[in-house]
Amino acid sequence: MANVMEIYQLLPKTNCKECGKSTCMAFAVDLLARKVSVNDCPPLVNDAKYKAGYEKLSEMIAPVGEVTETGLIVHEDKCIGCGNCVVACPVDVANDPLGAGSGKAPTSDKVIFKVEDGVVKARNVQECRRFGENKILCVACIDTCPTKAIEFV
Amino acid sequence: MSEYYVCTGCALLCDDIEVETENGKVKTVHAACRKGVARMKGCIDSLECTVDGEKTDVESAIAKAAEILGEAANPLIFGHGNSSSEAQKLSIALAKKVGAYLDDTSSFCQGPIIEAILQEKLKTCTLDDIRHKADVIIFWGADPSNSHPRHLSRYSYFPRGKERQRGWEEDRTAICVDVRKSETAIICGDNRFYKIPMGEDAEFMDALVSALSSKVPKTSFGFDAKKILELANVLKKAKFGVICVGLGLIYSLKDLEPLFRLMDKLNEVSDFNIMPMVGQYNMRGFNQNLYEETGCINRVKYSPESGEAEHGPEFSVVEALRNKTVDAALIIGSDPLSSLPLSVSRYLAEIPLISIDPCRNLTSSRSNVTIPCALGGVEYGGTAVRMDGVDVELKKIIDTDNLPDVEILKKITEAI
Ligand code: SF4
Ligand code: SF4
Ligand code: SF4
Ligand code: SF4
Repeated sequence: MANVMEIYQLLPKTNCKECGKSTCMAFAVDLLARKVSVNDCPPLVNDAKYKAGYEKLSEMIAPVGEVTETGLIVHEDKCIGCGNCVVACPVDVANDPLGAGSGKAPTSDKVIFKVEDGVVKARNVQECRRFGENKILCVACIDTCPTKAIEFV
Repeated sequence: MSEYYVCTGCALLCDDIEVETENGKVKTVHAACRKGVARMKGCIDSLECTVDGEKTDVESAIAKAAEILGEAANPLIFGHGNSSSEAQKLSIALAKKVGAYLDDTSSFCQGPIIEAILQEKLKTCTLDDIRHKADVIIFWGADPSNSHPRHLSRYSYFPRGKERQRGWEEDRTAICVDVRKSETAIICGDNRFYKIPMGEDAEFMDALVSALSSKVPKTSFGFDAKKILELANVLKKAKFGVICVGLGLIYSLKDLEPLFRLMDKLNEVSDFNIMPMVGQYNMRGFNQNLYEETGCINRVKYSPESGEAEHGPEFSVVEALRNKTVDAALIIGSDPLSSLPLSVSRYLAEIPLISIDPCRNLTSSRSNVTIPCALGGVEYGGTAVRMDGVDVELKKIIDTDNLPDVEILKKITEAI
């Protein structure tokens, strides 16, 4: 997963403010959170000397649009539908112990992950243990994915 | 949407699949992995009914197929892994009738393991046992994350089971032994991944046996003895262990003796079972059906006169083609021209060839007779045998104009 410094290093680092941010660092933070896209930095797009950085960043940052409200992204192109995240997610286990928690197709609408047409779909993301009052740094869905298709930004 | 179907994408035969259909086609598939969905959505390129490249009706194609098989002195009947048990039994009867060579892909993959299991030389269990009880799971030369994508989530690592209520982090240890860091190895983690050189599985097994006997394990490739001893300790403490045997291990072993020695030792100090990672959805079914009939799981030649079955390596599909002892071939649900080495399979294109398959493939494109059949588990039902030997009833999801292979085989047999 990308971090802010890695992103920052690939930006022009001129703090020209053309993007509307006060610094390139501020832009990097927003890029990581998918609040802006790589194309929102005009020098990066237009200036040939930043071409390598532009290409690298475009690869690193998934296009906006797939990000759920909690920052969970499923890279659908990578997902093979193995269901590991479905079965490993503690929310799915708690809400559907005999279905998802036991390895079978989910039988409850309260699970976070379901596999549809071979690709995982995330819903009820507000239930994710990384959010809310008693949040914990859960990595169950990230660690169990064989193709690293799940990311939090 | 409330009925569950069975996926025939691999021999895991996942039985929790819901399907939405539209205009007689599979529209949305729930819970199946990407591999399963690809199978259930059908062929990209459907097979047409042809004789010598010309389109024809099924009856004429069947008549021509019967003629070819009837005239051949030593035909080959090959495939079967993607057929229902009912169709497999008819293939066996047909082979007997025409004095054919009869073989399947197990002949160059999981065959030896299945045979040892059926002969009770290797202790085995069901996938459900694994889910409910297994606490130590070894993937040896196996990468189910690719070959059987739901293996870990449905049975072997992540699900809760009766005696495994606390989740995988606390309740289960997954171990991977392989020549490369596969996706499954990544899930097992660096501490539980044992990377060994290509072809050294037997030696690593013997080193493990030494370690289990509290001797210092030695390998010619200098594997860290401490790591092997540590692994032996984990295995000793297992309450219910499993070795999932993949093709990587089978290809590396000259014979199964090292595996027998390891399993004997493991069952002295602990409790271990073997799970064959069977690929095609009903390959194990074919092995079992033929075993019941002949006492052999593959590589059979029926005598045209007596109808007796002979068994031996020279009757394998590879040897029969290499020695050019067959003079016609019927291929059912398989693509040997792609899956066998060209030096061997090339001969297939020189003899009268019949293909029965839902989809077009390289073999069918070289066949004199092609007969499209219904897609197993989608367009017709029947029974299949899961990788662990459990019978699973398949259900038809959508209609088709194509006959199931079981009907086609029946008609060919009658016409001879
Ligand atoms: S437009 Fe690009 S170079 Fe300018 S401040 Fe923003 S991020 Fe930095
Ligand atoms: S972080 Fe944990 S709780 Fe959140 S979706 Fe992933 S597995 Fe579920
Ligand atoms: S674990 Fe990864 S590959 Fe498997 S279903 Fe979840 S996102 Fe897809
Ligand atoms: S693991 Fe095998 S049987 Fe299960 S859904 Fe995937 S392809 Fe189908």
